[in-house]
Amino acid sequence: MMKIGVLGLQGAVREHIRSIEASGAEGIIVKKTAQLEQIDGLIIPGGESTTMRRLINKYEFLEPLRQFGKQGKPIFGTCAGLILLATEIAETTDVHLGSMDMKVVRNAFGRQRESFEADLAIKGVSDAYNAVFIRAPYIAEVGAQTEILAEHQGKIVAAKQGHYLACAFHPELTDDHQLTDHFVKMVEASKKTLAS
Amino acid sequence: MSKVGTDRVKRGMAEMQKGGVIMDVVNAEQAKIAEEAGAVAVMALERVPSDIRAAGGVARMADPTIVEEVMNAVSIPVMAKARIGHIVEARILESMGVDYIDESEVLTPADDIYHIKKDGYTVPFVCGCRDLGEATRRIGEGASMLRTKGEPGTGNIVEAVSHMRQVQAQIRRLMNMADDEVMVYAKENGAPYELLLQIREEGRLPVVNFAAGGIATPADAALMMQLGADGVFVGSGVFKSDSPEKFARSIVEATTHYDDYQLIGEISKGLGTAMPGIEMSTLTPETRMQDRSQ
Repeated sequence: MMKIGVLGLQGAVREHIRSIEASGAEGIIVKKTAQLEQIDGLIIPGGESTTMRRLINKYEFLEPLRQFGKQGKPIFGTCAGLILLATEIAETTDVHLGSMDMKVVRNAFGRQRESFEADLAIKGVSDAYNAVFIRAPYIAEVGAQTEILAEHQGKIVAAKQGHYLACAFHPELTDDHQLTDHFVKMVEASKKTLAS
Repeated sequence: MSKVGTDRVKRGMAEMQKGGVIMDVVNAEQAKIAEEAGAVAVMALERVPSDIRAAGGVARMADPTIVEEVMNAVSIPVMAKARIGHIVEARILESMGVDYIDESEVLTPADDIYHIKKDGYTVPFVCGCRDLGEATRRIGEGASMLRTKGEPGTGNIVEAVSHMRQVQAQIRRLMNMADDEVMVYAKENGAPYELLLQIREEGRLPVVNFAAGGIATPADAALMMQLGADGVFVGSGVFKSDSPEKFARSIVEATTHYDDYQLIGEISKGLGTAMPGIEMSTLTPETRMQDRSQ
C-alpha cells in the first residue's frame, strides 16, 4: 500500500488523512523531518501559509522538503500548500519550497465573506468537481513546464508540473475524493519509476 | 455557479485554523507581533479580557477604527467580537469584511435571552460553550466554530479544562446511548435532537472546538490540546505577560507539539512572569463572564 504523508504542523490535517484512506492508501501525519523517509508522497495541506512557513523554518523542514521533491517523490499542495510550492509570490520576495514554476497571488479572491464553492472541470480528473475555496489564492502565471488543470472565472486554480500537483481549493473538505485519488495514482507511478 | 456563505465554506475556514493559536490584539503593533510569532488569526478588540474585567461597566464591540487598523496590518484572518444578541454590531463587522465574528460573553450581552441567528450571515461565527447542550444550541443557531468559555481574563485554566472535559464526556456518553435514550437526553440538555443524532453517528462535533478562557502559559495551551481542543485562543495571556513576543512564540510551539514535553520544557525556560491570575472562589457571581449566557 502507498504511504502518503500529510505535513502536520498546522491546518486541515485530519481531513486529508481521511481522504487518502478513502483513496486506498495509508495516511501518515508528518511532524518530524525523519518521517519523510517513510513515505512515498506528501500532501501539504491548507491552513495559514504564514504560520506554516514559520513552523517549517523552526523545525528545519524547508531543505528536507525540497530534497523530498528533488528525489522525484510527488508533492501535492492545497491552498496554503500551493503557495508554499510556488517559485514566485505576488507582493513579496518570499519563496518557500520554490518547486513549481508558477506565480501565485495570496487571498486572491478576497476575504472570508468572499469565500465560495463552485463546480469545476479538472483536466483528467473530473467534469464537475465541487471545489471549496477559502480565502483562496490563485495562480497568476505558469512556466513552460507547468500544465494548467483547472480555471475558475478565468483564473488558474489547479496545475501540475511533473510529480508536483497544486490546487487553490480544498479537496479534503468534501466527500469527492477524485483529486486525491489522482494524486495517489501519481505516487504509485513514481514509486514504480523510482524502483526501476 | 459559485455560492458564498455555505456551511462548508464557513466551517471549513475554522478547519484551516486547527492546531493553531488565535491571539487577542488591541492595535496594529500587537497584531504584527502575533502574526510574526505564528498566530493563525488575531482577534481585534478594544481591551483584552483582563482589562475589561478591571474596568467594569458595559463592554461593547470595538471601535471600527481599531478593527480596520488590524485588518490593514496583517495578512492572517482577523476576527472581532460582537455582543451576544447584538444583530447590528454583527452586521457592522460583517460589512467591514471581518473574517470571523465571536459572539462573545466577554462583552456585556445585548440580549439576555436570545443569541444571534447566525445562519443568515455570510461571515462565520464562533461561540462559547460549557457543555454539549450549549454547544449544540449554538450550532443550531448557525455557529461554524466553538470554543470553551472558560473564565476569560483570569489567567486561570480550571474553567476551560472543566468545559472541554464536560463536552468530551457528554459526547462519549451520547455514543453509548441506546436509540430510545437520545430524545430524553435532548430534552434534559436543551440540545437539538437531530444534531445529537449526527454527533452520535460521527463521534464528534460537526464543527471545530477551540480552547479559550484562562490560557496563560505554553503548558496551559498544550494541556488543552491534550484534552482534545482543536486549537487555542489566548486572550490576555500574551500581551499581559512580561515578554509578549516570547510568550506568543512559545504558546504557538507548545500548541503544535503538545505531546513533546522536553520541547515544552525548553521553551518554557526563562519566559518571565505570566499574566497575574485570579482564583475562581474570589469572583463574585456578577463578575463570572461564563454565566452571562446559556
